[in-house]
Amino acid sequence: MASMEQQLKGIMRWVDDRLPVTETYEKHMSKYYAPKNFNIWYIFGVLSFVVLVNQLLTGIWLTMNYVPTGEGAFKSIEYIMRDVEYGWLLRYMHSTGASAFFVVVYLHMFRGLMYGSYKKPRELIWVFGMLIYLALMAEGFFGYLLPWGNMSYWGAQVIVSLASAIPVVGDSLAVWVRGDFNMSGITLNRFFALHVVAVPIVLLVLVVLHILALHEVGSNNPDGVDIKKHLDEDGKPLDGIPFHPFYTIGHDVPAIVMFLIVFSAVMFFFPDGGGYLLEHPNYEPADSLKTPDLIAPVWYYTPYYSMLRAATFPLFGMPAKFWGLVVMAGAIAILFVLPWLDKSPVKSMRYKGLPSKLFLGVFVICFFILGYLGTVHPTPGRTIVAQICTAIYFAYFVLMPWYTSVEKTKPVPERVTM
Amino acid sequence: MLKSARFSWGTIGSRWLPSRFGNGGGDFVLSDEGINSKRRNFLIGATSVVGSAGVVGVAIPFVGSWNPSARALAAGAPIKVDISKLGPGDIVGPIPAWRDKPIFVVKRTDAMLAALNDKKSRLADPDSLEEQQPTYARNDSRSLRPDVLVLVGICTHLGCSPKFKPEVIPQDFDSEWMGGFYCPCHGSKFDMAGRVYSGVPAPSNMEVPPYYYEGDYVLVIGVDKGAV
Repeated sequence: MASMEQQLKGIMRWVDDRLPVTETYEKHMSKYYAPKNFNIWYIFGVLSFVVLVNQLLTGIWLTMNYVPTGEGAFKSIEYIMRDVEYGWLLRYMHSTGASAFFVVVYLHMFRGLMYGSYKKPRELIWVFGMLIYLALMAEGFFGYLLPWGNMSYWGAQVIVSLASAIPVVGDSLAVWVRGDFNMSGITLNRFFALHVVAVPIVLLVLVVLHILALHEVGSNNPDGVDIKKHLDEDGKPLDGIPFHPFYTIGHDVPAIVMFLIVFSAVMFFFPDGGGYLLEHPNYEPADSLKTPDLIAPVWYYTPYYSMLRAATFPLFGMPAKFWGLVVMAGAIAILFVLPWLDKSPVKSMRYKGLPSKLFLGVFVICFFILGYLGTVHPTPGRTIVAQICTAIYFAYFVLMPWYTSVEKTKPVPERVTM
Repeated sequence: MLKSARFSWGTIGSRWLPSRFGNGGGDFVLSDEGINSKRRNFLIGATSVVGSAGVVGVAIPFVGSWNPSARALAAGAPIKVDISKLGPGDIVGPIPAWRDKPIFVVKRTDAMLAALNDKKSRLADPDSLEEQQPTYARNDSRSLRPDVLVLVGICTHLGCSPKFKPEVIPQDFDSEWMGGFYCPCHGSKFDMAGRVYSGVPAPSNMEVPPYYYEGDYVLVIGVDKGAV
């Protein structure tokens, strides 16, 4: 037996001389020291990876029966749901997974806001994360057209028409994106290509960059203290534990099991999520002559959709439609510069002052209100609420340099607290 | 034989361009000695320009292939609508017509026409100054024949299809409704000539497609023949 072990070691050495497998494994798993005070908020990164794998696998399987044409798309979804063995399950895994992806990503982002994970030296991790968020929104948008239901059709029509709000080139740009004068099978076919090939490749590259950037500087933690300041005689952080096996087995596996239980409950018992995960008008085929009574995007875009609709008046000689686009794009763009807006000397919300806590709280409430308003008909009263919430959304960022620098912070401990 | 390689990172350029290979003894050496930096900069510049031109050239087919194909363009051919059976106050449409866009054809009653200019102050562009119609439709009724209104049935906000609400009765969305089109998506309102109300999300009047009459009752939509 010993000789077999020797042989295995020999093979490994042979590989390592040619490809740094062991070194990479140690760097990113068994010798990657993560702070020992992680809490429940630190599972959403791993969970988003789990969902990503789910989306890739089920997505590949769905393309095996899906037909990306104006005539065939809706029928092929019915075929997948009714005739393909386990087709219904694969599709529900994919559609529930899309919403689950945004749930875990939003929670992951909130964790970052709460514990200051975007602050120096983790700015690039945040920027890559935002690019992932952007790619994810594009992926969701392109994918949503593919069932070719009536809500798919009109939802995409509304969003592509946003391009026409751009002065001068807008209309030709919208025609160029659609490849037609109106939404058609041509548009569907190219969105399919983007959804299954182009965006996933970009997404995977970004995920790798996000993790490489993280492992270069090390993970933040709920206290926002730097664990590399206190090392033992071997140069290992005193407050760190190896990612594998401590976090993989002890922290992530139970969390993944819990997550899968919730995921399965939704997928098996509420696959359409009351019309929020799969919208009811989407059970009718696309009809270019019949607009659904209420066009609402899927829940994960609704906060931005509310902001788009909140712009109702022309300004500086530009129409309201143009400002709606500016507000919506600005709401996403401003996320990218967050690391440079936070001037606080401390990272974690635990040690920040009351203004930071209040602003974050109100910001989250406004995000929820905007999300709700995006799912219902606009009325004059609702529009005013949306305008106020949009103002608060931007105030959270724009005023951040001010309130983070004037507030009184609490002293940060030298070592992590458990 | 290659024994050692010494590198010198003097300038950024020298990182990429070895200035001299070999200095006797078989060693491979990069050095900054005797660089003709003027020539080097020229070569870098020239290569970049030619390379960029190549990138632009290669991008052309990729960008161009997203334009409407010949088949999509052909599908935008004009169509004919028979309006002989259209009674006053009736609407045909939405019909898929010009460039697959829904078209509304409305035969307006005298009362509707008379009411068009009652409340101009509520409209954003009552005189159709913005180019949302062929010149021959830039008049009070926004049409060739005053009674027959031809519109692209798409809301100018975000492309929904507005609903035809001709009744002059108070509505949920407007207690002083004068009849016209209402977009259910974001609440934009248009009058019986497709002119947009002020204070709604839509920025401009509904589009009037190019059209002409072939005889008394046949409407050809999608082709411009001027005011015939």
